[in-house]
Amino acid sequence: MTIVPSIKRDYLAKLAKNGKRADGRGFNDFRNIEIETGIVSKAEGSARVKIGNTQVLTGIKMDIGEPYPDTPETGVMTTAAELIPLASPDFEAGPPREDAIELARVVDRGIRESQLIEVEKLCIEPEEKVWMVFIDIHILDYDGNLFDAASLASLAALMTTKVPAKRHDLGDDYPLPIKEPPISCTSVKFDDIVVMDPSLDEEEIAEVRLTVATDKNEDIRAMQKGLNGSFTRDEIKKVIKASIDNGKKIREQLYKSIGK
Amino acid sequence: MDQDKREIVIPSQFLGEIKDKKAGKGTFVEKGKIYAEILGVISNNSNYINVIPLKGRYDPAEKDFVIGIVIEAMQSSWLVDINAAYPALLHVNEVPWDIEFGETEKYLNKGDSIMGKVLQVDQEKKLQITLKDRNLYKIKGGYIFHVEPSKVPRIIGKKGSMISLLKKYTKCRIFVGQNGRIWIDGDEDGIKKVVKTIERIEDESLSYGLTNKIEDLLKKDTKEVH
Amino acid sequence: MKSEIKLFENGKRLDGRMPDELREIKIKAGVLHRAEGSCYLEWGGNKVMVAVYGPREAIPRHTQNPLRAIVTARYNMAAFSVDDRKRPGPDRRSREISKVISEALENVILVEKFPRATIDVNIEVLDAEAGTRCAGLTAAAVALVDAGIPMKDIPVACAAGKIEDQVVLDLGKEEDNYGSADLPIAISPRSGEVLLLQMDGHLTQEEFDKAYDLALKGCYTISEIQKKAILEKYQSETGGQ
Repeated sequence: MTIVPSIKRDYLAKLAKNGKRADGRGFNDFRNIEIETGIVSKAEGSARVKIGNTQVLTGIKMDIGEPYPDTPETGVMTTAAELIPLASPDFEAGPPREDAIELARVVDRGIRESQLIEVEKLCIEPEEKVWMVFIDIHILDYDGNLFDAASLASLAALMTTKVPAKRHDLGDDYPLPIKEPPISCTSVKFDDIVVMDPSLDEEEIAEVRLTVATDKNEDIRAMQKGLNGSFTRDEIKKVIKASIDNGKKIREQLYKSIGK
Repeated sequence: MDQDKREIVIPSQFLGEIKDKKAGKGTFVEKGKIYAEILGVISNNSNYINVIPLKGRYDPAEKDFVIGIVIEAMQSSWLVDINAAYPALLHVNEVPWDIEFGETEKYLNKGDSIMGKVLQVDQEKKLQITLKDRNLYKIKGGYIFHVEPSKVPRIIGKKGSMISLLKKYTKCRIFVGQNGRIWIDGDEDGIKKVVKTIERIEDESLSYGLTNKIEDLLKKDTKEVH
Repeated sequence: MKSEIKLFENGKRLDGRMPDELREIKIKAGVLHRAEGSCYLEWGGNKVMVAVYGPREAIPRHTQNPLRAIVTARYNMAAFSVDDRKRPGPDRRSREISKVISEALENVILVEKFPRATIDVNIEVLDAEAGTRCAGLTAAAVALVDAGIPMKDIPVACAAGKIEDQVVLDLGKEEDNYGSADLPIAISPRSGEVLLLQMDGHLTQEEFDKAYDLALKGCYTISEIQKKAILEKYQSETGGQ
């Protein structure tokens, strides 16, 4: 386990009290974001996102399967995340632990609850055959804020996914039917200071974390609080506002990167 | 042709014959031939061919000054991370305080930083460090960051020339551990300047005339502030 | 599964290559921030990312070897790297490949310098198109050098095979599926000694010799690409502006 020297903790807190972050960013500024799509030829859709040095690759695979019994005419979507040992000296090989599971489920909810994928259009034969969408999140380099990088990579991948109809003799390939993407923004708090898009150092000293996914109408689509600290109502309101502001900018960049 | 660059060698690269030169650090010998065993630069002194590593964990040597971070306080010792392949042990007998059995946490706890010295490296690479020396202590305040251990000599400079420059132009207290950890204390801008300058030194560590270049940079920076 | 698919057209292979031609290979060293050594490699349609951590003390203690470091290569294929999505997690094939790669790497790493330690090599296949174990090992070698691990050589791997009674170098996608033999080898280029060798299919002794020679030639060519990638990364440090 990488130990954070308490001196670093004190230094970051001192800087923060003077309104500064170690890398010179404003409290609500994101690091540089890079989005690249169509990376993996074997995947039906893929995207690689870098936020600062954090790097995540999401691949989308589609296959035909049985629908859930209670939704016989709807496609199926599942999300999995792998915190592979490649990405950090602290990630171990083995079955996903809680961090990976939480990450996958939070990204999943953001996509599912916003109804990004029009799953009603993924029915082939009611009660028998539907399209299944597999979202696999692969963390390649961990330098803080996996939630937003993973979410953004998954969105970009889905928005450039082609349904592999040809391979299954169901006609030509066509773009996966999707709607407006919700953008996720994560903040952390340490020593009563709240910062957005935490760097690795900031994440290591964070007491509590809040992820907020918002849509283009400035409505909230998903939220997740993590770690064992607490937030005040006021802090939550401020985080929501900053998430909406950054959400706008990131959404614009996302559309640009997929060529819209 | 390029006077500015030092030559980089890679593992398995042929460097010379045993009949002409002696095999120094970072090399191995096979059938009378000397090869590089590590990614690095050649350093020829007297009759030895040495390869100075460009990357890699800190390789502890006895008497090295190191900055350590306490991993765990145990009954009569502490486990300390000194950025080597192995953690180091600091025994209660090697600190300047009188500690009761089981009271180690009162003095040094997980996350505390110390300025220590490597006491012993045994055959199994079990490491021991000490805090018993006038110059050694528990660190308070300031900022710590990491560089490649292989770049430390460059950051210190010949007879401390580079580090003196940094101290002079930034008015910061700076301590460079042999293990690639650097401690700085001073005002915010000073600390930022030191970090930026050291990152620059790291990037250009292999070029000649670096000390002068850095001095010019620091001078310019200071002038601009006024 | 053999089929009627033609693998040769006018003396050229499906992707236009000659029998002794390699697919295109690109290698970049030092691409990840957290890893101590890393390498990204593209080989035909293969995309592989490798990260090296260590040497670091092996935990738990009972796994330690008091005389030397343990080298653990972990070969893993991303769920989206293949035509039919692969369930995440190691399967038997991945574990076997991990083992033979670990053994090859152990041969050249100077492990006695790090008693009680472990060197972890993480190989992730992000996009797969035949020959992933050769791509993985070749990239792993570069990542190890990038991590500053002492080695007596930089290993490299390449495969040859047989399609439609002809021995060819570096099997591609369909050739792997419809060919009649596959021979991946890894060597220590300085000595030419073999560190990894597997074969499946059917080869006469003569065909084996031909395939071996072809794969060997391939290895030497790729070895130059590895070395260039390493120097490219570090040469820029020797005097920027």
